[in-house]
Order: sequence, then structure tokens, then C-alpha cells
Amino acid sequence: MLKQIEGSQGMAEAIALCRPQVICAYPITPQTHIVEGLGAMVKDGRLSGCEYINVESEFGAMSVAIGAAAGGARAYTATASQGLLFMAEAVYNAAGLGLPIVMTLGNRAIGAPINIWNDHSDAMALKDAGWIQLYAETNQEAADLHIQAFRIAEDLSCPVMVCVDGFILTHAFERVDLPTQAQVDDFLPPYRPVQRLDPANPYSIGAMVGPEAFTEVRYLAHQKMIDALDVIPRVAAEFEAAFGRAAGGLVRPYRTEGAETLVVALGSVNGTIKDVVDAERAAGRAVGSVSIGAFRPFPLAELNAALAGARRVVCLEKNLAPGLGGALASNVRMALRGQAPVHTVIAGLGGRPITRAGIAGVLAAAAQDALDDLTFLDLNRPVVEAQLLRAAGLRESGPIAENLLKALNPGRVERVSPRRMQE
Amino acid sequence: MTDAPKPFAITLDPGSSRANHTGSWRSERPVYVDRLPPCNAQCPAGENIQGWLYHAESGDYAAAWQVLMQDNPLPAVMGRVCYHSCEGACNRATLDEAVSIHAVERFLGDYALDHGLRPQVAAPPSGRRVLVVGAGPSGLSAAYHLTRLGHAVTIREAGPMAGGMMRFGIPRYRLPRDVLDAEIARILSLGVTLELNSKVADIEAAFAEGFDAIFTAVGAHLAKRTEIPAHAAGRILDAAGFLARVEMGEAPQLGRRVIVYGGGNTAMDVARTVKRLGADDAMVVYRRSRAQMPAHAFEADEAEDEGVMMHWLRTITAVDGAAVTVEKMVIDATGRPQPTGEFEVLKADTLILALGQDADTGFLARVPGVEVAPDGVVGVDARMMTGRPGLFAGGDMVPAERTVTVAVGHGKKAARHIDAWLRGGALDAPERHAPATFERLNTWYYDDAPRSLQAELALVRRQTGFDEVVQGLTEATALYEARRCLSCGNCFECDNCFGVCPDNAVIKLGPGNRFRIDYDYCKGCGLCAAECPCGAIEMVPEIG
Amino acid sequence: MTETQKVRFYQTGTHTVGNRLMEAESRTVQASPERSNAITSGHRACQGCGEALGARYALDAAMRATGGRMVAVNATGCLEVFTTPYPETSWQVAWLHSLFGNAPAVATGVAAALRVTGQHDVRVVAQGGDGGTTDIGFGCLSGLFERNDDVLYICYDNEAYMNTGVQRSSATPAFARTATTPATGPHPGNVAGTGKNLPRIAMAHEIPYVGTASVADLHDLEAKVTRAMAIGGARYIHIHVPCPLGWGAAAHDTIRLARLAVESGLFPLIEAEHGEVTAVKPIRRRVPVEDYLRPQKRFAHLFRPGHEDRATLAAIQATADANIRRYGLCPEGQE
Ligand SMILES: Cc1cc2nc3c(=O)[nH]c(=O)nc-3n(C[C@H](O)[C@H](O)[C@H](O)COP(=O)(O)OP(=O)(O)OC[C@H]3O[C@@H](n4cnc5c(N)ncnc54)[C@H](O)[C@@H]3O)c2cc1C
Ligand SMILES: Cc1ncc(C[n+]2csc(CCOP(=O)(O)OP(=O)(O)O)c2C)c(N)n1
Ligand code: SF4
Ligand code: SF4
Ligand SMILES: [Mg+2]
Repeated sequence: MLKQIEGSQGMAEAIALCRPQVICAYPITPQTHIVEGLGAMVKDGRLSGCEYINVESEFGAMSVAIGAAAGGARAYTATASQGLLFMAEAVYNAAGLGLPIVMTLGNRAIGAPINIWNDHSDAMALKDAGWIQLYAETNQEAADLHIQAFRIAEDLSCPVMVCVDGFILTHAFERVDLPTQAQVDDFLPPYRPVQRLDPANPYSIGAMVGPEAFTEVRYLAHQKMIDALDVIPRVAAEFEAAFGRAAGGLVRPYRTEGAETLVVALGSVNGTIKDVVDAERAAGRAVGSVSIGAFRPFPLAELNAALAGARRVVCLEKNLAPGLGGALASNVRMALRGQAPVHTVIAGLGGRPITRAGIAGVLAAAAQDALDDLTFLDLNRPVVEAQLLRAAGLRESGPIAENLLKALNPGRVERVSPRRMQE
Repeated sequence: MTDAPKPFAITLDPGSSRANHTGSWRSERPVYVDRLPPCNAQCPAGENIQGWLYHAESGDYAAAWQVLMQDNPLPAVMGRVCYHSCEGACNRATLDEAVSIHAVERFLGDYALDHGLRPQVAAPPSGRRVLVVGAGPSGLSAAYHLTRLGHAVTIREAGPMAGGMMRFGIPRYRLPRDVLDAEIARILSLGVTLELNSKVADIEAAFAEGFDAIFTAVGAHLAKRTEIPAHAAGRILDAAGFLARVEMGEAPQLGRRVIVYGGGNTAMDVARTVKRLGADDAMVVYRRSRAQMPAHAFEADEAEDEGVMMHWLRTITAVDGAAVTVEKMVIDATGRPQPTGEFEVLKADTLILALGQDADTGFLARVPGVEVAPDGVVGVDARMMTGRPGLFAGGDMVPAERTVTVAVGHGKKAARHIDAWLRGGALDAPERHAPATFERLNTWYYDDAPRSLQAELALVRRQTGFDEVVQGLTEATALYEARRCLSCGNCFECDNCFGVCPDNAVIKLGPGNRFRIDYDYCKGCGLCAAECPCGAIEMVPEIG
Repeated sequence: MTETQKVRFYQTGTHTVGNRLMEAESRTVQASPERSNAITSGHRACQGCGEALGARYALDAAMRATGGRMVAVNATGCLEVFTTPYPETSWQVAWLHSLFGNAPAVATGVAAALRVTGQHDVRVVAQGGDGGTTDIGFGCLSGLFERNDDVLYICYDNEAYMNTGVQRSSATPAFARTATTPATGPHPGNVAGTGKNLPRIAMAHEIPYVGTASVADLHDLEAKVTRAMAIGGARYIHIHVPCPLGWGAAAHDTIRLARLAVESGLFPLIEAEHGEVTAVKPIRRRVPVEDYLRPQKRFAHLFRPGHEDRATLAAIQATADANIRRYGLCPEGQE
């Protein structure tokens, strides 16, 4: 059924169709509309057989989800940003216990400074918590990914985080095609937990494991992710077969044939990138893009195949690993194994718009091999330079040569030299 | 649930820690022990008091009585007349008040009589014959125990009835004769031959008759006398003779005013008997103070309640017809009474001397090896045997406290040694358990419970007749009283050890079977020992 | 037996674990060879651990109350660590450990799951140490309380973070020495006037049931757990469990110390429903706080030979006296 609907509402409806049994959430922008929508559906009976629990914190929310999943119920929660960090310990724990919780992450920057707008700092902070991370490009995909997420999670006994860009997706009104309950029921069988708290089978879940077996436990967690590399595309294919539209999967190449420059990105920005790619192609430039659908597990082989033949790769990413660059680029470099240079472009932090012009500028620089390893898109350089200058004046520490260098060459602050990294 | 395997290492099978034997941590191990409760240790008859109270607590009076009967064939008697020194030793006294052991014993004794219970006799006949001389408590006890040990026993009794001082001393209002008769009859019914009116005068002749051993328990019946000038002038009787005549229904004429001279239990019994026989004034004259009298306080109390008048610190210096002159005494620094030179005259129609008895053991003086003291007391060794091999003695006639209980104890002890002697060996008495002291108890666990009191007959009836004064306990009260026992030093299956072990290392073996420590898991924390109410667990160091 | 049952007095029935003379159903759960042994042998708790004991007492009682239809959620802490080191668990009840600070919320989730999956008869017990309860899990616990979720939460209070080596928690008593409140300086031990009283905080949530219990009083403990399992909604039981290691006490003194804490008035045994105190367990044999403090090395600085800290002892006694007054622990005349 086609609906002109807010992204959050679309996701809420899709999640409701998955018949979650326990929903717990703590409000944080931009996740609120999703859980409000679900809450309303539970309250008015449209979503039956489900408990909606207002908890006291995100830590509580994830913990309730852990309990619910271990208790044998399909559990769902949603959060963003500070909320994800507040529940971080429980996020790891859910994965460690192998509980198939599905969580929506309305991607948002992390403070300080506090900032409610979109970027991927939150998701990147917990990228290695043992969760599968799926990224949605559109509101349609955001809805569809949730339906797949429950399937994947329960097939693997592994929690799944569906990352949707805050505001850009959550608050945007778009047309979304929502499946029927019967369709979803066919696709997603009722939850059959691998283990649950059961008085009739009173085993202990959550033992303490020492050096003698911890590595093996972690290895098995890794192996589960490797398995996910098969499961994710399989579920995506089944979804396409059942619902008649593509969604999900590991990587989604766009006009990569013969491309010299390939742009790699996560989430909704791929829409803008594709527009730029179209424009560039129209202008005769060999440019394409690859959208990564699953950041964890990281599809090394699939990405390598998608990027094969490019002369350079530009990672456009909404996160910063201070002192390094970007998490996405680091991972992509691993996939490329040095076959082509990978450039990091940090963009869209804290909600800064990523414009077509900005991307086009990056591509132009790349085409001339003039793109730095690490670039901050649309950085207001005078502001940071002035601040750095002030700071240098206040703090006369450090080697003299270094200070001189700073004074002589104040312009190149965005570049991180290997020299500085060693400090 | 799916059939997928449980997560490795994170999910574990229930109770799998039993593979981990934490007993290896232990440096001390708990061990169950049985300790000797102070009541048992004190009982002159060697009763296992705690043992029979244990059964009484559950209302299994028959079982309780059987345990009692292993040591004492006269519980109904003993529950009435025993001075129960066990209660003086009872640990419960430190907590609140001693357990009323004698009252429960009496209840059990009466219960057995009411229900016709019979003691268990197991030993096969030994073919040996033993003669018992005297059917007092000591002789009866020996006869009972010897019979239970398989020997053929004959009692020869000088008097017309069995019971000794229980019958001819202790008055009926303290020991109803139906009770005494029934308990004696039960002993005889085990196959003991009783020959009445058969005074034994020649021990060697008796041996010659074919008895393999002889136990003499002839008591102490010869009244001690004192020098009272002109004593022939008034009517003067001796206590034992007086009580015996009363018992035979031959109560002598006493007149209206009677003085009993002496401060012992016998004096009190005589004065109370006199009161019951209708005398207006029954007076006790004693040369020391009340605090120093040999009688038990309760006996003096009961006598006073019944109207007996006490003249403490007086000696009789002369009797002249109805005028009895007494001299006042004072207690000197050494605690002895000294004359003051002050005199009083009391009026009395009869003077009864209750100054104690000597043993009439002249017939033993001739037996080679037997030592007889001037007061007739006969010397015995630790086996209760005299210097004449095969001749044993006990009760009032040997040097010991003179009570029914001691007499019964002697009877038992002698019987066991006679048995050993007849079998050609020495009795190997089991080693005595270490004492169960109060300090070893964890009294927290015991409920607060005051001692129950025995009802007494209304005073008018006590002053006019020989009905029993002190009443027995009802079943409910007896049960309550039995349950007051702390079970000192002996497991009574309170489940504390089973409950308090943090390692579940105590195994409960079911009713009557107590517990076992599972040393595979016992870490030796000692909680079971610390929290055992009765001190029945000991921590002993692990060696090696 | 009918005759004998007329006499209701049992020498030891009211205080000992069992009593062979009582009807089976009025004995404690612990007296029964059929008890669940929620924690079985082979666990790695220290010798004489009060927490191991308290947890078995409580869960066995809950198991009986629910006919075995019960699952448990556990916070991180000694109880979790000594029961479930891979490859062995001591638990014989369905058991889940997630984290240190989230046991109440996990329990909420489990309870919700049981409801939505139609297992209405299965009840949830959550448990943790004093640190897990009064400090790190406090937010989640308050949430559980205010939502009135159908969970019994049990705190095993050994008055410090024992598993990490005896650091102060907000349940550590004033003046006690811990690794983070050493017995040095002008004010040795834990700072007076700090800490929180979780049972009273629980009462302030007006939840259906709050009880305090002690390993020293099994009958009372089991009665409280049983009562708690008979009602729905959020319930809280706070059990005092001495820790020989952390308190510097003899292993065999665990129960005695717990008893002295109760009998001195320092650990009142109370019950409250919907925020109102409904019952208190009167002190049976009152003792001065010194009797309780002296055997514990964590208070040794109060008893230095020749320099007994009378002022501090008086202050602790005043705390006990205040408890006794507040709850009326010494009935008329006994005080
Ligand atoms: C008035 C009174 C009250 C007492 N009250 C108590 C009391 O309340 N509690 C208590 O514990 N004790 C009491 N006693 C003491 C107690 O009665 C004696 O210690 C006890 O009876 C001694 O027992 P026995 O078997 O050694 O001797 P006895 O009881 O004296 O029995 C000896 C028996 O041997 C018989 N006999 C003697 N010579 C011969 C012989 N040559 N041949 C055959 N038979 C012979 C006697 O006729 C007698 O029957 C009391 C004593 C008296 C006098
Ligand atoms: C978030 C977090 N912080 C700290 C710890 C370390 N830690 C584990 S157990 C524990 C102490 C537990 O104390 P308490 O709850 O009182 O239980 P006890 O061990 O005393 O029984 C601590 C601090 C942890 N596991 N998780
Ligand atoms: S309490 Fe019982 S076992 Fe202990 S001394 Fe008294 S009667 Fe004997
Ligand atoms: S440290 Fe304390 S709480 Fe922990 S196992 Fe040892 S005794 Fe028990
Ligand atoms: Mg603690």
C-alpha cells in the first residue's frame, strides 16, 4: 500500500508488521517519532500482543530488550546518538548473549558539543559491538530493512542495528510502499529463540568465561558475522522475490562500469551522490558510486569486486575518527588491499548539508589527483585557523621547530601529517 | 525453541558445578559427636535422660519409656521420690529454669502402667543363678538387670513385703502403694523369684546352695539413738520403726502433741505423717538452722504448709513426762551449733527420734574378706564387689548417698559387673563422652519456655489423709516439658546444619538417621558447628 | 500424632531450620531434602559466604512459592562470579546474567516476554549485591519500582563491593574500613552521614511490598519471600548477608554476625506495603552494637587496645537506638 508518510511513521508501520512483542524505548531526537508511532499503535490496539515499556534510560531500554529476547519475545528498541552511548555496555552484552534484538538507530552526532543533527558518529562508535549494521538509503528502504532485520537477526541469533539518517530520513515525508500483514507474516515466521529462560530447561545464560575459552567465544562471534555475509544477501533476495522490490544487501554499486573514480558512502547521502554521478556521467566523466548496505559485517570481498578497476576511491563519510580520519575509509582500504588510493572526505558532520556542488568539487579535485588523503568538506577554514592561532599564542609549549612551522604555515591545518600523528 | 546448539561457554547446563570438588579447600572438617549431657552425667541411676526425653518430645512415650527402662526399672516410683539432682545440673537452668525431668519421668512411668507396657528382654538364659538379698530398690534393680542379662534371680527378703524403705519409709502421700506394687510386680513378672519373710543370715550357706553370685542390699534399718537423760520416762519412738508400723496399719497412739527430733527428710516425713494421723501439734526439733538441715527445702516447705512447726537451733536436753526441755543453740564461726545455756520447755506426748539409721550387716561380719565398718557399712570395690569373691553389695549398706536413685544405680552397676564376673571377664564400660557444657550450646535457637508446675492436693486433704500430694503432669504438659529439653550434646535433628551450609554439603538422612557431611564439597567454614544448637558438631583439623 | 499436635510449643521450631516434630508444610523450605538447591555444591564462594547462603534461602523459597515456575536474573558481583565460571554453573534454576547495573531492567524485559508469550504463571526474581542495587543499578531499579513491573528484586547486602576487592558502596556502614575508605587519618573508615537506605527508598515508591531480611532469621526470610511471591507488581527484599572476607570475620561467624546486627538494632527487620510499614520483627535478645562490631576487622580501628573509640561507638549505638525507636523494635518494657 502506497502512503505519503513521514519516514519515522513508515518505519513504525513496517516494524509493527513484524509483530514485535516487547518494545522499549527512551526518547531522543531524532528517534522519537518512530517509537511514538509504535506506542500509539500498541495503545490503540492496532499492534496487539505487544508490550510497550517506557523505561528510565537507554541503558534500561537495551536491558529490557535483552531480558525480553532472553525471555523468548521478539524485542525491539530504537535510539540515537547519546542514547546509543548511554546503552553501550548493554549493546555489547546483547550481542555477546546472541540475542536477536532489532534496534533502529536514528543516526545523530555525538556531543560535546551537543548536536541533534545527523551524522554517523554514533553508529561508528559501536561498529564493533558485535551487531549487524544495516544502512538505509531511502525511507522505503528504511521500512524494508526492518522487515529483513528481524529475519536476519533471528536466523543468526545476532542483533541488528538498522541505521537511518536522522531527520534526513526520519523526518522526511516521502512515498512509502508498505506491505500487507499477510505478506510480512509469510516472510517472517514467529520468533523461535535458540535459547530462552525456561523453568523446564533451567540452564544458566551469561556465564563468566576466562582466558581458556574467551578467544574461542570471540572467534565464534566473528564467524557469525562471516555467516551474515551470506545471510544478508540471501534475505535481501528473498525479500525482493516476495515484495517485488530490491532493498538491503551488502553493497549496491551504481554506474561503476568503467568508472575511474568511485565514491563510497553509507546511508541516505547515496541519493545525492547518485545525482552527482548522473551529472558527471552526463558530462562524460567516468564516475560511479557504491553504497554500502551492511557495514558490519564488512563485505570485504563484495566491495573489492565492486571497486575493482577504479583508479581511485573516495569515501564520503559522516564520521570522524579524530587523529586518523574516517572509519569507513579505513575499512574500505582493507577491502582494496592497496589496489587504488582511498581518499577520506569527512562530510555532513552534525547535520551540515552535503551538497551536490560539494561532492562535485571533491570529484573534480580527485580527477586531477589533487585530493588530499583527508579532506574536510566545506570546512570554514578562517574560523579554525583563527582559533588555532589563538591557542598557539596561549600555549607556548612544544618544540620550537614545531611552533615555527605552525606560524609559517597556518593554512594546512586540515591535513593530518604522519609526523603529527606520532606525537 | 530451535534445535540450534546453545551458545558456546556462555550458556551452561544446570548444576554442572558439582564437578568442582570444593572440599579440597578445607583445613578443618566438621564431625558429628555425641556428648554427655549434664543431666545424664549427674543421674545416680545412670539414666539416658536426654535420650528418653528425645522420644517423649515426639509423643512416642512407649519408646521413651523403653529407653528409660534400660537403666531404671522403677520410673513411676522414681519420678515421685527421686531428689532429681539431674535438674540441678540441667543446662536449661542457665537459660531459664531446669527441665522438670522427674515430672516427665513420672508421667512416662504412669503411662507405662496405664498401658501395660513391658520392658524388652533380649538376652538368652545364661544358666547362672544369682541370689539377691533384700527387696529394696537396690535389690529389685539388680534382680531386674540380672534377669535382662539372662541370669536366674532369686530375691530373699526378710520382711513380709518387697520394697524396702520405699514401702516402710517413704509415706504413701509421696508414693502411692499401687504404683509401687505395680512396678515391683512388673519386675517379678520377668521371672524373678521372690521369697518373702526369708531373712538371710549365712552367706556362705547361700553360696553352698548353688548360687553363682550374691548381691546384698539390705539397707540401713537400725535406728541411731542419742543420749537423752531420763529418756525412758516419756513415750519415745524411732522414725523408721514408726513409719513401718504406720505402713503395716499398726499406727501407735501418739497423743495430741508430738515432737520429731531431727532435721532430715525422714524427720519431715514423720512429722507430716504424725499430722495426718490427727495430732494437733507436730513439731520438728533440730539443733541446726534451716539452712543447714539435711532435708530438702521442698520437704520442709511442704511440712510447714501442712502445719508442722519448726524449732530450729534446739537440742533436747531432758525429757520428763510430757515436758521436753530444749536448749537453744547458736551457730559458731565454723558453722557448728553451740549451746547457749538458754532453755525452753516444750510439751509433747510423744517424741520420735529421726536421727538416721545404721546398716544391719552383722551377718556379713563373719564372711571372710568382707569389711564392715562400725556403723555396719560394708566396703566394696569399683565393681561393687566385697572382699568375698562373688559377693556384691549396694544401696544404703555401702558407703554412698542414701537414696532410692543411688540404690537403683548400684543395682544396675552391680548387675553388669556380676554378669561380667560370671562370664569370666571384666565389664568394658564404653568410654564416657566428653561433657556437653552450656558454653557449647547455641541457645539462640531455643524458645523461651517457663518450666511447668505440678499441681498439689488441697491443703485440708493433705492434713487429713494419705492421698498423694504432688500431682502428675497431664499429657500436654508432659509433652511441653519434654520439649523444653535442649538435647545437650546430642543431635536432635533440628536441620540447622542441613540449612546453614552455604555449600549444600550436609546430607539429610531422614527421620532418626541424622545427617552426613559430604566432604567432597564441605569447605570447612564451620557454620554448621557454630549454629548447631546443642553442640553436636565439632571442627577437627584436617591432617596432611 | 493428633494428640501431640495439641501442644504447639516446639523447643526449636521457631528458630531452627527444621523441626522433626512439625507438620512438613509448616517447616522451612531449607529443612526439606526436596528443596530446589537453587545454588548447588561446587560453587566458588568463600568459606562461610553469607551471600551464597542467602541466595539459596531466598530462591529456594521462591521456587517453593511458585511451584518451580520461576526464572532468575542476576547482576554482576560475587554471586554471579562464584556461581558461573565457565565451564560450570551452580544454578539449578533458569538463570540469566547480563550486566552489573541492569538486572532490574533485564528482569522487566523477561517479565514482559513471559506475559506476551502467555506464560503467566512463570515469575521473575532479579537479584544483585548492594553495589549492583544501591549504586550502579539504582536507576533501573527505580524504574522497575515506579512502573510496578511484576518482579521481585532481591538485594544481597554485604555492605561493599566485594567482588572487586571490598570497596565502599552506598550501603557500606559508617566507620567501616574498606579498600577505598581505609582506617587511616583523623576520621578512619567510611565517612559518617553518607550512604542510603534502599528499603526506605523502595517504600517511597509505594510499591506493593518491601521487606528486609537476614540470613540469621530463616523463618522470617522465607516468610517474606513467600509473601512477596504471593503478590504481583514490584517487590523488594533486602537481605543482610555477612561477608567473612570483606568484613574480616571468621567464616563460622556469618550467621552470628547477621544475628547480632538484627539484635543490636543496626539491621531492622521490617515489612512495608504500599509505602507503609506493616510489620516489624521485635528484637528478641537485645545486645549492644559493640557485640556486633568487635568481631569484625573492618571495625578494628574502633577497638585499638587502650584507645577504644568510645565516641564513635556511642554514635553507632545511637544509630541502632534510633532504628529501635523508629520501628519500635523493642516492645514495651524491654527497652
Ligand atoms: C522415711 C524415709 C524417706 C525416704 N525418702 C526418700 C526419698 O524421697 N527419695 C529417695 O531417693 N530416698 C529416700 N529415702 C532413702 C531410701 O529409701 C533408701 O536410700 C533406699 O530405700 C535404700 O535402698 P536399699 O535397697 O539399699 O535398702 P532398703 O530400701 O532399705 O531395702 C533393704 C531391704 O532388705 C531387707 N533386708 C534387710 N536385711 C535383710 C536380710 N538379712 N535378709 C533379707 N532381707 C533383708 C529389708 O527388709 C528391706 O526390704 C528415704 C528413706 C526413709 C527412711
Ligand atoms: C559497569 C561495571 N562497573 C564495574 C564493574 C566491576 N564490578 C564487578 S562486580 C563489582 C562489585 C559488586 O559489588 P556488589 O554489587 O555489592 O556485589 P558483591 O560482589 O559485594 O556481592 C564491581 C564493582 C562491572 N562489572 N561493571
Ligand atoms: S536440657 Fe535436657 S539434656 Fe540438657 S541437661 Fe536439661 S534435661 Fe538434660
Ligand atoms: S567475597 Fe564475600 S560475598 Fe564474595 S564470595 Fe567471598 S564471602 Fe561471599
Ligand atoms: Mg556487596
